[in-house]
Amino acid sequence: MANLNIVSALNQALDQELARDPRVMILGEDVGREGGVFRVTDGLQKKYGEERVVDTPLAESAIVGTALGLAVGGMLPVAEIQFEGFLALAMDQLCNQVARYRWRSRGRYGPALVVRVPWGGGIHAPEHHSDSPEAWFVHVPGLVVVMPATPYDAKGLLLAALRSGEPVLFCEPKRIYRALKDEVPEGDYTVPIGKARVARTGKDLTIVAWGAMLREALKAAEELAAENLGAEVIDLRTLSPMDSDAIVRSVRKTGRLVVVHEAPRTMGLAAEIAARVGEEALTSLLAPVERVTGFDAVMPLGKLEDRYLPDYRRVLAAARRTLAA
Amino acid sequence: MYFDRCDPLKGEPLSILAPDGSLREDLRPNFPDDRAVEFYERMTVMRLADRMAMTMQREGNLGTYAPFYGQEACQASAAFLQPGDWLAPSYRETGALFLRGVPLANLYRYWMGDERGMLMPEGLRNLPIAVVVGAQALHAVGVAWAMKLKGEAGAAAVYFGDGASSQGDVHEAMNFAGVFKTPTVFICQNNQFAISLPRRRQTAAATIAQRAAGYGFPGLLIDGNDIFAVAGAMQEALAEARAGLGPRFIEMLTYRLGPHTTADDPRKYRSDEELAEQKRFDPLARLRVYLENRGLWSRERQDRLEAAGRAEVEAAARAALEAPPPDPADIFSYVYRRPPPYLERQRKELPAEGPPAAARVAAPA
Ligand SMILES: Cc1ncc(C[n+]2csc(CCOP(=O)(O)OP(=O)(O)O)c2C)c(N)n1
Repeated sequence: MANLNIVSALNQALDQELARDPRVMILGEDVGREGGVFRVTDGLQKKYGEERVVDTPLAESAIVGTALGLAVGGMLPVAEIQFEGFLALAMDQLCNQVARYRWRSRGRYGPALVVRVPWGGGIHAPEHHSDSPEAWFVHVPGLVVVMPATPYDAKGLLLAALRSGEPVLFCEPKRIYRALKDEVPEGDYTVPIGKARVARTGKDLTIVAWGAMLREALKAAEELAAENLGAEVIDLRTLSPMDSDAIVRSVRKTGRLVVVHEAPRTMGLAAEIAARVGEEALTSLLAPVERVTGFDAVMPLGKLEDRYLPDYRRVLAAARRTLAA
Repeated sequence: MYFDRCDPLKGEPLSILAPDGSLREDLRPNFPDDRAVEFYERMTVMRLADRMAMTMQREGNLGTYAPFYGQEACQASAAFLQPGDWLAPSYRETGALFLRGVPLANLYRYWMGDERGMLMPEGLRNLPIAVVVGAQALHAVGVAWAMKLKGEAGAAAVYFGDGASSQGDVHEAMNFAGVFKTPTVFICQNNQFAISLPRRRQTAAATIAQRAAGYGFPGLLIDGNDIFAVAGAMQEALAEARAGLGPRFIEMLTYRLGPHTTADDPRKYRSDEELAEQKRFDPLARLRVYLENRGLWSRERQDRLEAAGRAEVEAAARAALEAPPPDPADIFSYVYRRPPPYLERQRKELPAEGPPAAARVAAPA
């Protein structure tokens, strides 16, 4: 066990899998010599060589598209896209090609690959470095979308993704890359894909969050606890396919639901979660489902970023509204 | 004259002003000495402006910044554009935009994370700063195409790096420009790096300029630290584009003397020796030697220039720092022409104040 942040936990997972499975390779911009702009792949090129940890030319579509070919050809590629905003350049390859390859080849080629991408806001970065476009991707059949919120899950989910045989979009909440530490086992373990985690139990309301928003949800829950109000916090972990059973189970118990995400509100994941709860647990609901989200506006540059991103105060206000209903 | 005589396949860059300050008179473009003095002055202030941004960043007043230190002659190519021409910048074109009349204070504000700095002055055809590497090349082809359709005698210049030359957008832009014969001037500032990736790993081709041939128009490789070569290439490319001869491609060989951005540590991928070696090719130093040799420059003029330049740059920094904070309601501005009603409701949900300082998270190293 070591006390690691998310960056080190991911680095350890990649290191161990490179050592264990000769098919594993990493490709992306600045992942080798530089060790990635966030240092997630630090030291790996030195250890495994330039053929397995590859600095590619600057072309996102080529990174994801050749990763598909590499996967079909027998490798297990981990592609890194430097920031979520630049994943748009690989949209065709990821959504039209990778995600449909199993279907198109009638099951012959299911490209097992992982696309790792630093995700979301909170670091006062330039344009296209702070977005949360997960809703673009969860809408794509065939693509698995994962977002850890803790170092433990970061390692376990990445190892699970690599062994899942599926194409996985692995979203890394860059704002908490180094902000929290966790006991992370040194050995091999996986965290199941497709399973949400109850991060805190409670009986009065349910809060669902993922990535960097989990911290805000937990902080709000803590404040509510001081008033003897029990918030159950669910860390979704896999965004698609979504573990709505875990949410429904919790809402059946609490009757109240707040969903938190950084991404814009309209047609965001919270809408889907609310719909599923409506379908499966309508009679348990004691109050309308609350959404605490980014606004339906372009993610601002650094100076106004704090106003855009939901924080625990907005979660708390929503929780109070639902409790008062 | 230059596009004809220099074959990018041969890999020899057009060089007119050598690093030692000597000039090939036979190759001299229409760039008289008084212009050379003027360019030296603006390029010097440009460098001070760049340094100021780095200082502001170090002092915690500015977010991330992409310096152009070492690339001043390339940046100065923007001064050959007419007001009616278009300029499509990447994030590294602070110097070019400065010469194009964008107030320095606005450029600082942009990098301080204040959207109000993104507004380009009225009457100047500057496209917004592109952060997505390569995207602006297509826009430059589009605006040039529109000029052609409207019968305007102008050109569009697009700036991008050696890394960007690998992007599909840039290849597709070159192909469209060739097919539709748009008056687009592609300016590739080959500063030898895309963050950590050296130019030789970016493409197996000997030069980037030779790509133009594959798209059916002329390309030219020049010493991008040589303001005379920049002047000659730019003037010719713009004149030919404006005359309806179609696109032109200029690869400007230069070297990024600073980090990729303030978040970058170049020692991870290049040696101090290499950096020291490259400083010998400084675009400003050689121009100064040239001017001094001709009796056009002196220590006193240098001191006066630096004092005035510093004052100009400091005033801009002050203006940027003293600007009132942006109104959070501005988050909702310019998203739609006619905002949907729910956006108005969201505006009311804006928290009255930002989160307490303790809740803020520092940027990762
Ligand atoms: C599409 C896209 N991918 C990645 C990035 C991150 N990034 C910013 S600059 C850069 C390197 C660009 O190199 P180059 O085109 O040579 O221009 P330079 O920065 O050296 O001026 C990268 C990878 C980006 N901004 N856009």
